[in-house]
Parts: sequence; C-alpha cells; structure tokens
Amino acid sequence: MAKGFVPNIKQLPKFMKEDPGILQGHRACAGCGCAIILRQIMMARRKPIVIANATGCMEVVTTIFPYTAWRTPWIHVAFENAAAVAAGIDAGRNKLQRAGRFSGDKDISVDYDVVALAGDGGTYDIGLQALSGALERWHNFMYVLYDNEAYMNTGIQRSGGTPFGAWTTTTPVGKKIKGKPLTKKPIVDIVVAHRIPYAATVSPAYWVDALKKFRKGFETEGPAFIHAYGVCPRGWRTDTKDTIKLSKLAVETCFFPLYEVINSEWYLTGPSLTIAKNPDRKKPVEEYLKLQGRFRHMMLPENKWMVEKFQELVDENWEIILKRAKNV
Amino acid sequence: MSKRGWREIPIAGIPFLKSTEYHTGDWKVFRPVIDGEKCIKCGNCWVFCPDSAIEWDGDSVPEPNYDYCKGCGICAEECPVNAIEMVR
Repeated sequence: MAKGFVPNIKQLPKFMKEDPGILQGHRACAGCGCAIILRQIMMARRKPIVIANATGCMEVVTTIFPYTAWRTPWIHVAFENAAAVAAGIDAGRNKLQRAGRFSGDKDISVDYDVVALAGDGGTYDIGLQALSGALERWHNFMYVLYDNEAYMNTGIQRSGGTPFGAWTTTTPVGKKIKGKPLTKKPIVDIVVAHRIPYAATVSPAYWVDALKKFRKGFETEGPAFIHAYGVCPRGWRTDTKDTIKLSKLAVETCFFPLYEVINSEWYLTGPSLTIAKNPDRKKPVEEYLKLQGRFRHMMLPENKWMVEKFQELVDENWEIILKRAKNV
Repeated sequence: MSKRGWREIPIAGIPFLKSTEYHTGDWKVFRPVIDGEKCIKCGNCWVFCPDSAIEWDGDSVPEPNYDYCKGCGICAEECPVNAIEMVR
C-alpha cells in the first residue's frame, strides 16, 4: 500500500524544469512507453541519483555518440551486469560516506540513490544471475525493469518476458507455431523469493501510483525491485497514440495487475484493488489483444482457441495473486 | 611493465554534447495544437509525453515544443476535454 509520498502536481513541473534528469531530444521511437517510465523515475527523486543502465532500448536511444540525454551520473554496462555495477556503486558510496570524503565540499555529494535500469532481456534472460547476486548481498539500490516484452532494439526477438502467442521475428506465425508457444516468466515471484524488502509492479498510465512506488523504492533500506510495463508501439505493431490506453487496458484486463510486495506480504494497489473488490469491472482480455498487431493472428476464427488459452492463463495468474494478497 | 591503478585506466567513451542539440521534431507528420480555452490544466499531456516536449510551469496552458515533439499523439488521446488537436 503506497502511502507517504504524495506528488504535488503544482510543484512537479517546476521541479522537472529546474532539474529535468532526462532531456528532450533522445531518440526513442514516437510513443515509447519506456521513455515515460524514465520521466516518472525522475519525477519521484528525493536525492541525486546514479544510474547503471544495461544495454537495451533506453541505453541506445539516450546516448547516441556524442549526444547524451542524461542529466544525472550514468554508466552504460553490459547486458548481464547492471545489478552488479549498481552493487559496486552502492559499496563505493558506503565507503566514501564512512571515510568522510568530500564532507566539506559543497559541489560534490556522496549522498545519493542508486538505480539499476534494465530491459526485459537484461533481466529475465541475461542479467538474472547478477540481479539474484545483488539481491542476496542486500545492496541498497533500486532495480527498475522496463518490460517491453521482447528484444526490441535488436529487432523484436523473443525474450523470457514475451507473453503467450505474441508474434516476434524468432517466433513467427506459420503452420508449425503461431507466435510464442510458451508463457511469460513470473519475474516478480523469482525476485520476491529472495525475501527482499520491496517489490512492485508499475504501469505508467497510473502515474500517481507509479510515482509513489518509485519513491518507496528509493526510500527502502536494502534492495527494491520495480517491474514497469513499457508499451512498445514499434515492436507490438500498435498505433503510437494508444500507448497509455494499452498500459491502462493491461491493468484493467488483469494481464498486468498492480501490486506491491513489502517484506514478502502482497498488497494489491490502485485499480487492481478496485477490480478485486468489484470483479465485474474486469475486462475481457480480447479488448487488450485486438489493439495489437503482434496478436493479429489470434483474431482469426481458426485461432479462437488462442484467445481462450490467453484468457485462461491471465485468470490463473490473477487467482494466484488474489490468494496471496493481504488486503482483499 | 609497471603496475597500473584505477586512476591510469583509460576512460571509456564519454558523450559530451546535450541531446537537445539534436532536433527530433522533424520526425513528425502531425503536430499537436492545444486550445487554451478548452484546457483545464490537468497536466495529463505533460505527464504522458515520452519526449518531454510539452513545456508546462504548472499554472499556464501547456505549450508543445515542436523542436522535439515526435508527433505520437498520446497527448491528444489522453486529454480529458479534447483540447488537443493533431494538425498536419
């Protein structure tokens, strides 16, 4: 239950104007959902932040040599070690603070928050062992996973985060297979199994909820994990203007429920809590699927079973979360 | 070969120009035009713009910066009072 920090809309624009964190002119595709997540991280800051960014869309689009869109200290690391480098930054900060270095210096601050930023490829598949290691060592950092459900910047290859039935270039739609035959990896379950103090899911469409969760992640003493849902109009074959609509629909159909896990206790938040209390507000998953070109083959009459299977998987996942949630 | 500390390791590539020098505004086909009379100053367009292209101080009517706007149309779609129109 995200409490405490309440963003003041009258003060946020001034705060973002003075210290934007991320500049205009980065080269994300038009309508990029992940770029909205970056802005929301910047809006939720309480201190200066240092970012370790794994290879992925947000690394590629923000720092095309010699330009950079970042106004915060930022380091590009390889696909697999965003969490390991963030752990090192955290250890370095602790050492500097203990040694009292730069304590009299007005221009240099050694009091900052550490953020590891990685896409779904860098978290689900390649960076999982570094993430697991950093969580086990209990480093004080926030890991933000922006999930656009495939390797988008290299050309839409499937990842562990790709949902059932989605078309990608490596899971094409043909006679043998129709999109990805397997399901999405339950990454939050894996992360929560480390018994970390804070984990949450975030949809940029519900931005007050998102800002509260990012702020909670910053305030957590110890590792925090945020799973953010980033719509990718290019890879999902959607209209650029539908980005926020899809972020909303994913939550309303319970495909991507919003919840937070505090010390292994599950709490539903925002719109997902409303749906849990009034089950008739839950929308059929078809509404979410039919907007996207990557699920176009599912809309054909002979592939109706895929929509039903998708709905089954979503319901199954939702039931599991309802059973776990403490506040329903 | 002498021992090298971390201070002697060559520095990796450092981007040294601000991305604001690169104008992404010429990507767009449609540009958003905000109707100041209809606008209720809710800030939805400002929050949801992926390119930080809507400039807003919190009090006045938000203004799109056409140098960086990529014309995705999220602002027009999410405006609760339909004050934003996409014009070619």
